[in-house]
Amino acid sequence: MNLADLLHRPTEWLRGTGAINDVVISSRIRLARNLVGMPFLTRCSEEQLHEVEHRLKKKIFQARMADDVAYVDIPASGELDRKFLVERHLISRQHAEGSHSRGVTFSANETMAIMINEEDHLRIQILRSGLELDEAIAEINRVDQLLEEQLDFAFHRRYGYLTACPTNVGTGLRVSVMAHLPALKMTGEIEKVFRAARDMRLAIRGLYGEGTEATGDFFQISNQTTLGRSEHQIIKDFSTQTIPHIIDYERRARHVLLKEQTIAIDDKAHRALATLHAAKLISSEETMYLLSLVRLGIHLGRCNKMDIATVNELFLRTQPAHLQKIHNRTMEPRERAEARATYIHKRLDAV
Amino acid sequence: MKFKCDKCSKPATIHLTEIIDGEKIEKHLCQDCAATEGITVKAEVPISQLLEDFILQTGIEATADAAEATCEVCGMKFSEFRNAGLLGCPNDYDAFEKGLLPLVERAQEGATQHIGKVPHNADDAQKRQTAMLRLQAELKGAITAENYERAAVLRDQIKELENA
Ligand SMILES: [Zn+2]
Ligand SMILES: [Zn+2]
Repeated sequence: MNLADLLHRPTEWLRGTGAINDVVISSRIRLARNLVGMPFLTRCSEEQLHEVEHRLKKKIFQARMADDVAYVDIPASGELDRKFLVERHLISRQHAEGSHSRGVTFSANETMAIMINEEDHLRIQILRSGLELDEAIAEINRVDQLLEEQLDFAFHRRYGYLTACPTNVGTGLRVSVMAHLPALKMTGEIEKVFRAARDMRLAIRGLYGEGTEATGDFFQISNQTTLGRSEHQIIKDFSTQTIPHIIDYERRARHVLLKEQTIAIDDKAHRALATLHAAKLISSEETMYLLSLVRLGIHLGRCNKMDIATVNELFLRTQPAHLQKIHNRTMEPRERAEARATYIHKRLDAV
Repeated sequence: MKFKCDKCSKPATIHLTEIIDGEKIEKHLCQDCAATEGITVKAEVPISQLLEDFILQTGIEATADAAEATCEVCGMKFSEFRNAGLLGCPNDYDAFEKGLLPLVERAQEGATQHIGKVPHNADDAQKRQTAMLRLQAELKGAITAENYERAAVLRDQIKELENA
């Protein structure tokens, strides 16, 4: 498997399957782990960083956690490949931008990704399309177990698993869902969700994690605290106390829109589709914004010409790095805007 | 690039780009105005913010003491951690205990004790201790939820563990 193979496949987080996929795009669980007897990254020398990378890479392969596993050496990869991995949610932006020894191992189906030397020595991630947290926690426990048989992780009687940043200490567990909340945004009720989330000690971010904005009404919701509750309890609180309410609010808002604003919804979805089809120059932000409206139209049964699989495919393949990889060269933003518009036009003609 | 809030003159920390009728509109807002505008995409409280709050709360002098603490394993000073937000090595959690514990408590909503998973190679006493703490937390939750059946089961499990 190499990166070029991935280009022509859907990525896990945009597969469009799994429970409640009309609102929940994807679920993710992440564990942070550090090796015993090794400083955290900020205090590692070049040699130590290299040693950590080498050792972890070897152990991960030995643990045979998936049938087909790839390893990408990040510093050895070009900028385009790094961004490509970010767009597929296989690495974080921070991981793409660092300058030290680091890498990522991931399974061919992209459900598992392990970042080496991101903020901690190990960041294990399990990704699932739709709301599938039970599956994700079972899988991440299996992977963690396999690694633990091969490696000793830094652990403290009081603080649990030790991490470079004290906000991750304890379980090292971060659970998140990517939710599509266009109706709440339109009805102006999204702030209620934010308030509820804050009260429930949850964080809300944009599409690509920390510091990013919520483009196209996609929101990433995750737990803030990692200490003082068991892994099981963190997942349980997250998946029973807040997420169902957010899903319910969004579905209700959609229902109200459909009942009271049918023409307005039709107008928005069809205008969005027409703009996507007619544009000669289009940015990725505008594309995501328009696809978000089309997506809502499809889920409300008002946009029968289109299907979710095509929306997801367009969403992924019009991202800057994907677009450039499809054309097999780097392009300036202006050139991309044109290539993107052409690509979307052709793809929509084929529907 | 530094922006001032569009609404008031405080520094803007939230930058939004919205596409309205194909037109790109940029908004720069401070935390407060963004919250009232209803468009906050609030990230988790950054550790630097927690550190700032902590220093303001406890006063500079009280923290000066903690600031001088140095880890003899990696050589990091607590003051360095305070600037960078990242620790130097696992030993820092003990070396900086005085300064770090209240910080962890704030970042973790009052929690200071891990009750989750324990590595399989940890010693039995460690495993038992953590299991005990976890059961007690669960018991507390069950009682709050008035789930007395579950509470009874948990009490039995705690007793069993005590006698083990
Ligand atoms: Zn303001
Ligand atoms: Zn240290």
